[in-house]
Amino acid sequence: MDILIFQIALASSAVVFLAPKNYKYWISLIISATLILISSGWAIEAIAGSKAVIREFYFEFWDKKPELVIDKLSAFFILVINFTVLTGFIYAKGYLSPYLKKKSHISLSIHFFSLIWLHSSMIQATMLREGMAFLLVWELMALSSFLLVIFNGENKDVLRTGINYLVQMHLGFGALLVGFLMIKQATGTASFDALPIYFQDHNNFWLFLIFFFGFGIKAGFIPFHSWLPRAHPAAPTHVSAIMSGVIIKVGIYGILRVITHLQSSFLEISILVLVISAISGLMGVTLAIFQHDLKKLLAYHSIENIGIIGIGIGAALLGKYFDNSSLIYLGLGGALLHVLNHSLFKSALFYSAGSVLQATGTKNIEQLGGIFRKMPVTSMLFLISALAICGLPPFNGFISEFLIYNGVFQNLTHAGYANSLASIAIIVSLALIGGLAIFCFTKAFGVTFLGVSRSSFTGPLKERPLSMLIPGGMIVVVILAIGFLPAPFFRIIQSIQGEFAFVEGHISPAVTDYTLSQIGKVNLVFALIVIGLLALRWLHQRSIAVSHGPTWGCGYTAADHKHQYTSTSYADNLRQIIQPFISFKKNYEGFAEEEIFPKPKTFETHGNDKIEEKLIMKPINWLKDQMPKAGLAQTGSINHYLLYPILFMIAVGLLTYFGII
Amino acid sequence: MIPLLLIFITAFFFPGIIGKTKAIFSGRKGASVLQPYRDILKLFRKGSVYSENSTLIFQFTIPVYIAGLISAILVLPFGTHPGFISFEGDFVFFGYMMALSRFMMIIGALDTASGFEGMGANREAFYSMLIEPAFFVLLGTLAMFTGFDSFYDIFANLHYTSYFSILVAVIATYLLAQICLVENSRLPVDDPKTHLELTMVHEVMILDHSGFDLALIHIGNALKFGIFGLLIANCVIHVEWSPGIVYPLYFLTQVLFAVAIAIVESFRARNKMAFNPQYIINLSAISLLLIFVILIINNNL
Repeated sequence: MDILIFQIALASSAVVFLAPKNYKYWISLIISATLILISSGWAIEAIAGSKAVIREFYFEFWDKKPELVIDKLSAFFILVINFTVLTGFIYAKGYLSPYLKKKSHISLSIHFFSLIWLHSSMIQATMLREGMAFLLVWELMALSSFLLVIFNGENKDVLRTGINYLVQMHLGFGALLVGFLMIKQATGTASFDALPIYFQDHNNFWLFLIFFFGFGIKAGFIPFHSWLPRAHPAAPTHVSAIMSGVIIKVGIYGILRVITHLQSSFLEISILVLVISAISGLMGVTLAIFQHDLKKLLAYHSIENIGIIGIGIGAALLGKYFDNSSLIYLGLGGALLHVLNHSLFKSALFYSAGSVLQATGTKNIEQLGGIFRKMPVTSMLFLISALAICGLPPFNGFISEFLIYNGVFQNLTHAGYANSLASIAIIVSLALIGGLAIFCFTKAFGVTFLGVSRSSFTGPLKERPLSMLIPGGMIVVVILAIGFLPAPFFRIIQSIQGEFAFVEGHISPAVTDYTLSQIGKVNLVFALIVIGLLALRWLHQRSIAVSHGPTWGCGYTAADHKHQYTSTSYADNLRQIIQPFISFKKNYEGFAEEEIFPKPKTFETHGNDKIEEKLIMKPINWLKDQMPKAGLAQTGSINHYLLYPILFMIAVGLLTYFGII
Repeated sequence: MIPLLLIFITAFFFPGIIGKTKAIFSGRKGASVLQPYRDILKLFRKGSVYSENSTLIFQFTIPVYIAGLISAILVLPFGTHPGFISFEGDFVFFGYMMALSRFMMIIGALDTASGFEGMGANREAFYSMLIEPAFFVLLGTLAMFTGFDSFYDIFANLHYTSYFSILVAVIATYLLAQICLVENSRLPVDDPKTHLELTMVHEVMILDHSGFDLALIHIGNALKFGIFGLLIANCVIHVEWSPGIVYPLYFLTQVLFAVAIAIVESFRARNKMAFNPQYIINLSAISLLLIFVILIINNNL
């Protein structure tokens, strides 16, 4: 029955095209809400129960009715996706309202239609096991998100970004296709369910590598990340939130799905995952520091967090190799919890950034400042999410990072040589990522929301409508819930870990429950101390004079907003020590000798992604140069074109004669 | 609660002892050891002036800063006395609580829209980012050496693991003392007595704090000394010694630590600003070297 409603809801998405402009939002909301209700029902049933929930579609695809299998891993991802999509839909109400007049009937229809299909394809991707059906929804996911990214496609840059995104997604698609074909060739069925058979008598590493590439492009691991910092800022904000919050997590889901069946090569795979993740984490956050575009900054942070998730996964695999139960459980648990956590705080950050963008018309943080005074709720939501993304207690980000740290430290307590070096490397990268994240978000929050405005904006700056604040509010509630009551959440995560074949025979560490409840307790104490101190100061200041005055200018009396520290200056001392890893471009035109009355000058600096430049753009540019040489054969004369088939046939004949083919 | 109490007692005298020693070394008589507390009491009696540029966030930052420090203290043990709360990996909590305090301090400084304070905030964020790996690697090596991963278990077992405990404890003490100097923005990274805003780190961040908040900041600085003092004492003092020795020894180490800081500050010039990152990264390098030492000690290499 529920699957029938699911199908009808999907089919009725076409109604969006017929509805009048003002109703499109509500119709798509109803359809997505239906999908959310049904799939969440399945997910909860799967998590609460002991066996997978199975549903069959009512139509045939490749001679088979596609089967939806919801085990605990799928269920977890379904719930994460549903929550983010729900908040995204609520946010879209306010965010799209200025577009209702501007945009044509058809482009709004396409937008909402794609939104529904993006949601449905994401949840189906986590449920389908059969290869071809999976690839179909994978493709649908890429297409619908492409259509969403190019919502503002009249801007040429946005369109170019969208096409870049589409092409890169298809590279991933190609890799997945190869992966499934390899499984099919070896086992007869192209399906995730055939993986255990494949892994039993084939090298695990190579197939994993292929899937890791395919899913890694979606997840945004460096060096497959270059679409991410482009597509996220170009898309409308609710779409960026969904992309950053959950689309990239579907990539993580894919990787985890393959990992559930792994049987050998744990060391190689864990080293691969750890190295790529550590690079992603460190480069992601470093590049984020040098961004002036608030949404781009957040996009780079997604890469960082994918890196942290990857470190957790890699640590778990390392634990498997060294036969250390607590590292397996804590690494994997931390990674899974971080999937949830990142979807929460990252979407909240995007919502706040989008509100700022809508209110001020700019994403450039060098022009912002003092937003807090006009939009306090948006700013508070940003601050809480920023603290959470830096992994600071008492918020949720700390819990997942703590789990990974704890696993690694426990591993260190009785580690051999190789094991301890790997663990120390993980600790160093996590600590550096944490420190850099704080560096980045003090900058992002401080420059954007605090101080005074760096430029004047057209129109009054005021708090956004409720529909743009509620999503952030909902998320903050969950963030605090995980921060103060981590133990119940971890118990759910622990039950999911049973889906992974390689944890079998390992016992989940019993002390973690106690540890997490202690953290919850000490977080509560922290909150009480804060409240106590605030109350104390309030009492104290009731009897004592409080006044306001200008900022101390260190003797300089004409200070104004231009003297504030900027984003570039904040990042400058870091730039000096990491110069080798990032390429900086300065655009500055000096004064010419004959210039008696100097014209206005501009000065720009850009911190660019060196990995992208050297590893992706350089080969592509080389190819671009080399390809025209192939045009040598295209002479345009018919005689030559007739000659080619003859040469080909002669070659085939000769090769056959000598038995080469 | 004993560790908490000890930290508060240490923190009470620490800045005074540093001040007094520095005064003696520079040939002055110096103010009383309790002078910092007279200053703090005076601040409590004063009113507050808030910058017109600052937002509501500014008023939240300092209480959260202090709360973060106190929460961090809650996990610290002393000898056989566990902290208020102790759990596996509690030093991660400790490190991140300190980071939360710092985060708040930094955004507070950025909120005043002052170029100078932005500069200080930026340096604080930068240096503390660089010092983070040193602390975590140090704790990692201690975990590796003792085979435990909570503050209490590490310090309870540090002195019994092998004959090399002394070596490890000495290096750990050195690193903790250095981390303390960086965290507290003391010489050679930053000179608290500098008179030029352009070259300040910590002092410039608090230019716009006054009254109650400034008093809390001073208390916070003292607490930070107490925190690292306690950690160092844990490295130095055997847990099984009788209380009659342990407590006097504790206070002796604290006084020595304070005097040592004062001596460093009296005789050493501050680093060139651009040299600071290398200086701090060196500490991480030393803690990484300690790993290899421990790998050798544990016969893993």
